[in-house]
Amino acid sequence: MATKLIPKELAKRPDRLSPGHRLCAGCGASIVVRQMLAAIDAPVVIANATGCLEVATTIYPYTAWRVPWMHNAFENAASTITGIEAAYRSLVRQGKIPEQNVKFIAFGGDGGTYDIGLQALSGAVERGHQFLYVCYNNEAYMNTGIQRSSATPLGAHTTTSPAGEVIPGKQQKRKDLTMIMAAHDIPYVAQAAPSQWRDLMQKTRKAVDCGGAAFMNVLASCNRGWRHATDETVELTQLAVDTCYWPLYEVENGQWRLTYKPKEKLPVEEWLKRQGRFRHLFRPENRHLIDELQAEVDRRWERLLRLCGET
Amino acid sequence: MAQLKGWKEIPIAGIILEAGNAVEYRTGGWRAFRPVRGEAECIHCFQCWLFCPDSSILVDAENEKMIGFDLDHCKGCGICARVCPVNEKVIRNAGTKLARDDARLCIRIVEEGRVKE
Amino acid sequence: MSRFEALTGDNAVAMAMRQVNPDVVAAYPITPQTETVEFFAEYVADGLVNTEFICVESEHSAMSACVGASAAGARVMTATSSQGLALMWEIVYIAASNRCPIVMSLVNRALSAPINIHCDHSDIMGMRDSGWIVLFSENAQEAYDNIIQAVRIGEHPDVLLPVVVCQDGFVTSHGMERVEVFDDEAVKEFVGTYKPRYPLLDIEHPKTLGALDFYDYYYEHKRQQVQAMENATGVILAVAEEFNRKFNRNYGLFETYCLDDAEVAIVVANSTAGTAKVVVDRLRGEGLKVGLLKPRVFRPFPARELVEALKHLKAIAVMDRSISFGAMNNAGPLFLELVAALALHGVRVPIADYVFGLGGRDILPREIESVYRDLLRVAESGRVERLVTYLSVRE
Repeated sequence: MATKLIPKELAKRPDRLSPGHRLCAGCGASIVVRQMLAAIDAPVVIANATGCLEVATTIYPYTAWRVPWMHNAFENAASTITGIEAAYRSLVRQGKIPEQNVKFIAFGGDGGTYDIGLQALSGAVERGHQFLYVCYNNEAYMNTGIQRSSATPLGAHTTTSPAGEVIPGKQQKRKDLTMIMAAHDIPYVAQAAPSQWRDLMQKTRKAVDCGGAAFMNVLASCNRGWRHATDETVELTQLAVDTCYWPLYEVENGQWRLTYKPKEKLPVEEWLKRQGRFRHLFRPENRHLIDELQAEVDRRWERLLRLCGET
Repeated sequence: MAQLKGWKEIPIAGIILEAGNAVEYRTGGWRAFRPVRGEAECIHCFQCWLFCPDSSILVDAENEKMIGFDLDHCKGCGICARVCPVNEKVIRNAGTKLARDDARLCIRIVEEGRVKE
Repeated sequence: MSRFEALTGDNAVAMAMRQVNPDVVAAYPITPQTETVEFFAEYVADGLVNTEFICVESEHSAMSACVGASAAGARVMTATSSQGLALMWEIVYIAASNRCPIVMSLVNRALSAPINIHCDHSDIMGMRDSGWIVLFSENAQEAYDNIIQAVRIGEHPDVLLPVVVCQDGFVTSHGMERVEVFDDEAVKEFVGTYKPRYPLLDIEHPKTLGALDFYDYYYEHKRQQVQAMENATGVILAVAEEFNRKFNRNYGLFETYCLDDAEVAIVVANSTAGTAKVVVDRLRGEGLKVGLLKPRVFRPFPARELVEALKHLKAIAVMDRSISFGAMNNAGPLFLELVAALALHGVRVPIADYVFGLGGRDILPREIESVYRDLLRVAESGRVERLVTYLSVRE
């Protein structure tokens, strides 16, 4: 029997990520990791791409991980986990180690996933290994000091897309990686957010039990990069969901399903105005970027509703 | 930090054999603010446990009780107070915005150094 | 006990891989290594191996998956060439640093640009500081034998390092040769079973591998790698001795040919050593005291042993199939290292470098003969006229 997705029940098992890691106060990444790993009853083995999560949780001679964990390099978390998973299948098949229903998970940030690790990820899921790749997406290269990635939204200020006198932040739209992964036609793809923790946990369970490759894109605020107070992490993630900037959905064996529909779709401005990285957009000469962002959100939301049979 | 070891004394490849030994590293010293229990009674919903980025909510799992904060590791982000449904109710009932350290709350966020306990 | 088969070098390597029967192979096709991957894929398709064969989307992922699988606790092999190795580069270092005893067949091919698919040694020379054990092979037989020995060398508890086995692209990878293939059981017995020291898949004992290592410990972990390399020399010799007892073929750190009483000698690795032996025989027929030294182990570099074997000579020529651009006199890496070894041990034998065969340019017996004739003149005069010669390049 799977543990019920009730916090009191989940808390009965020791945390798989210990305290004493050195992620910033209010970091969204460790919330995502804790919730996801709490949802899985089976043993897990983790590969972690270079990034905040990797660096801050394993500063030698300390590790915050209570499960087998490995970091290889930046762009290869997906290929590394497939090597581990292939080793497991091989050794189990040959009777060299026992079958223990081990779940294999790779964690990478948006830089390690959307950008430098995309090829390895695409190859790994195409090969059909049984693993879950999780992109904890904070929409920029936070570990190196907030540089733009292809997950960074239009208009956002980062240190390589600064809001200057002439150019008001990032000039390009963000890539829709969840759609790209869905196009691989793998058993399970989902988009989630820790503010909707039960949804995140349910998706995690489906993903690790889907019998093949799974991908989850999980929004994880970085208060240093997004520029908000450390206690607003969960709230701002939820605002991204309620503005439909970050819709929650899943694609299970080709079936698209919206897993959360906001009671009232809020204007994206409600989310933008709470973050310092978008502050310059509220100057009169930049307001058009907010309109563009709203148009992008609307267009993508409408498309998603159609795919999910909601219209 | 313990005495630095020589190359013959440590496992090869930088492998760490003591899972979760990061607990020995105290991040509590980073704190500028501290969570403390307020007047409103805790309903032991474990929302704070669920959202704490630092696994620093102490619970008595057996008896399903939230019992406090792990101040050796808590970095004082204040998320526990923000996700606390009792706090939400207290604020709603007050009908006005409350300071983070308002005594009526269930989890209050108090500036370090101003803590009276 | 064994049988003889007509095999290409690529096929011989694949044959050895089949007999080793690794737990995981992750590889990507690249000329001139591709045949190995193809043969191995057939073994997998025919159920002749227990291997999980990962057909990755790039060499970078090939080495990444190998490192993951090896860390997990599996016996792992791969194969590549040239640009493939170059793409692996970042993870090649990580494989050694993570102490993953992966065995890699490297079919030597020139590096781009310009793109070229034929043999030279620029690919292997680029990884010489990466922490891998490097073995050279003159022919398909040696490639086969080295692959089998490499498994034992890399997995030895005092070593735990990856091993790369080189052979010359097309010259031996695609040349059909008579190869002695041992019985499957004999190879299985020789390589034994792998007992990983810290397998990640030991779920009950969770480990963290690949932590961030600052100035307080990084250096200590590098020092451990030095020790592993130091230990490797003895292990390589011990494995060779056991191999000789079981399979009746003798390997050392290098091979000497007519060297003991020679006055001049060439040092050259891989297939060209075979051609040089023919030239030695011919010149010996003329009564000329010429000899040959063929390096087998390039990493760890057996400096003391090489000097011991060469110190009686009156002149030495190193033949390098790559250039270390911008290095001293734009010489080849093998020359530079040997010069340093001789100097360090206070041996003053006149020595010259002959760069040859870049991008697969043929090396003919008469060219090797010209090197010997140069050496004989140097022996006479005691003076090297030209330190580095780019053999057979058109002006």
